Amino acid sequence: MTLNRRTFLGTSAIAAATLAAPMVRAQGKPRVVVIGGGAGGATAARYIAKDSKGSIDVTLIEPTRTYYTCFFSNLYLGGFKKIDDIGHSYGGLAAGGVNVVHDWAVDVDREAKTVTLAGGANLPYDKLILSPGIDFVEGAVEGWDLSAQNAMPHAYKAGSQTELLRAQLAAMPEGGTFAMVAPPNPYRCPPGPYERVSMVAHYLKNNNPTAKIIVADPKPKFSKMALFQEGWNNHYAGMVDWIGDDFGGGNVSVDPAAMTVTIDGEETSVDVCNVIPAMKAGRIAEIAGVTDGNWAPVNAADMSTKADPDVYVLGDASQQGDMPKSGFSANSQAKVCANAVRGALTGSKVFPAKFSNTCWSLIDTNDGVKVGATYEATEEKISKVDGFISQTGENADVRKATYEESEGWYAGITADMFGAKA
Amino acid sequence: MKTVATYLAAATLAALPAPALAEAGDVEKGEKLFQQCKGCHQIGAGATNRSGPHLNGLFGRKAAGLDDFRYSKSFQRAGVGGLEWHAETLDTFLENPRAMTSGTRMSFRGVKKAEDRTHLIAFLRQFSDDPANIPEADPTAQGIDHDLDPAILALVGDPEYGAYLSGECTTCHQAAGSDDGIPSITLWPEDQFVVAMHAYKSKKRNHPVMQMIAGRLGDEEIAALAAYFKDLEN
Ligand SMILES: Cc1cc2nc3c(=O)[nH]c(=O)nc-3n(C[C@H](O)[C@H](O)[C@H](O)COP(=O)(O)OP(=O)(O)OC[C@H]3O[C@@H](n4cnc5c(N)ncnc54)[C@H](O)[C@@H]3O)c2cc1C
Repeated sequence: MTLNRRTFLGTSAIAAATLAAPMVRAQGKPRVVVIGGGAGGATAARYIAKDSKGSIDVTLIEPTRTYYTCFFSNLYLGGFKKIDDIGHSYGGLAAGGVNVVHDWAVDVDREAKTVTLAGGANLPYDKLILSPGIDFVEGAVEGWDLSAQNAMPHAYKAGSQTELLRAQLAAMPEGGTFAMVAPPNPYRCPPGPYERVSMVAHYLKNNNPTAKIIVADPKPKFSKMALFQEGWNNHYAGMVDWIGDDFGGGNVSVDPAAMTVTIDGEETSVDVCNVIPAMKAGRIAEIAGVTDGNWAPVNAADMSTKADPDVYVLGDASQQGDMPKSGFSANSQAKVCANAVRGALTGSKVFPAKFSNTCWSLIDTNDGVKVGATYEATEEKISKVDGFISQTGENADVRKATYEESEGWYAGITADMFGAKA
Repeated sequence: MKTVATYLAAATLAALPAPALAEAGDVEKGEKLFQQCKGCHQIGAGATNRSGPHLNGLFGRKAAGLDDFRYSKSFQRAGVGGLEWHAETLDTFLENPRAMTSGTRMSFRGVKKAEDRTHLIAFLRQFSDDPANIPEADPTAQGIDHDLDPAILALVGDPEYGAYLSGECTTCHQAAGSDDGIPSITLWPEDQFVVAMHAYKSKKRNHPVMQMIAGRLGDEEIAALAAYFKDLEN
């Protein structure tokens, strides 16, 4: 990574954070600690700092200095984006009054209300917000574990994994085979694997047109299925072989050393294998003791956990009801949570929760589709109110406008998470 | 006097209910009213595009449907979203152009009287390819009053509530006001904001996401958002 102004800002922010911390405590301001600087955490930190105008001390813990968005990472695989287009620094958050600390949170003591960092520091909090994203369920795909992620990348946390998968795609022999092991529900970004298939197909059509894609899927159907299948037929006829659960797609094992995939007893040699295992809440949620099974159950009104009213979980890690695990959802939940946390700490007005989500996917150049819904908080869960989905057979103008909208959305949500770019 | 009623009578006499005939527009009155449009729009033989597109063959044309005119982004979006010119859509548009296309360059406040719109539409219709054949389902409007209830326009929004609600907007519409792919909504005059949101809510204006989002906003909420965005500078 080159040392540019943005990274420099990021590093000076840590120094500022460590220096400022004790002083701030002495002033007795309420303290919010946010763990994870992604779609949920960055938004929550930014909104609390912005709206409380300095009356709340906000610290964000995030190990990486550049956040690569998973959203649009498939477009990078397809060649529509450069890796730097999807990388974002934390300088804007620091400038917006958030103490950005680049470290891992390794422990949470809910009795003492402190967070321990890998670097050894102990940070006290009044309210703790966790938005750690996902980790993978161990043993979910037979033959695969994290030590195999170089031979068979997941590329489901964006950054080096995504670059690796792109390099492997580019190195495929002529007429080679790209395999994907798709995840079971629930997982982050329901259309994500299928947008990826589309983008890989786009790359191959232009660079390696006799290559093939096999998808082993433990699900009998998937998000926007009719739209994707129509698109694959229109643009990539004969290239994609999707093997759903009805045809044994769920009965899969892999051998990363031999580069083979066995689907329903039939072994195939492959050139690239993208394994996307079953998912669970990021580890720190479990360490904090707010999970039940794989996810952290939350109250829909404010995203506080069922386990602890002072600990909130946002985004993919939460179990909230009807919203899909998406960046849009995490961002939407973060704003509801920020409003509630600020109200609890400073007495500012708390407005009723309102959530929405729209997920755009790109199938081929200028062929965009979308699905979305609005949600409300009920006693029991976040509950769907209304929704829409792109139609099959739409004309090219509509699809192009949908794609252009997704570009606008990307610029919008990243500015909403990180502040306007310096 | 030549009225559209004459055309309609010739084409579809038997099928048309009497009241529609009675309320059909007066072409001559429409021609007079068109004086206020002439600065920008030409119509009739030899009409060409000026600062506004020519208006020949308007009925059945898609919004932003001429290849050789440079439309505003707002109009292009409306066209892609499926807006087509018929008596009914023209009526809504002429009443308040910005309810349907917020960013139109057409700096015209609209024709407030339903009757006048009917006359104008009758006049415009003469320059469509085959006015007599415009189907019965597309009668030259009985002017419908689309005006928002003045009580809704008079609501004073709470900008603090608007600031909270705006979180739902800024995931896509940048607070800093960029206009790429998704239109800018900052510094939007309050009444126009309110009219536009209600146009989505009542599905007069096309866009599935906006119809869904506005669909569940209450009058107070729309007023609050309008109060917030009108001053948002960055
Ligand atoms: C291929 C792909 C395509 C996608 N496309 C879209 C799309 O088009 N639209 C959309 O809305 N969503 C999309 N998503 C989903 C979206 O990326 C996620 O839903 C979203 O990022 C979830 O936000 P989050 O805050 O829960 O987690 P993340 O954004 O993953 O953020 C979690 C952060 O927490 C940090 N962290 C984890 N543990 C710790 C710890 N112990 N201490 C400190 N920090 C920690 C991580 O470093 C990370 O930065 C896509 C996902 C994928 C994989």
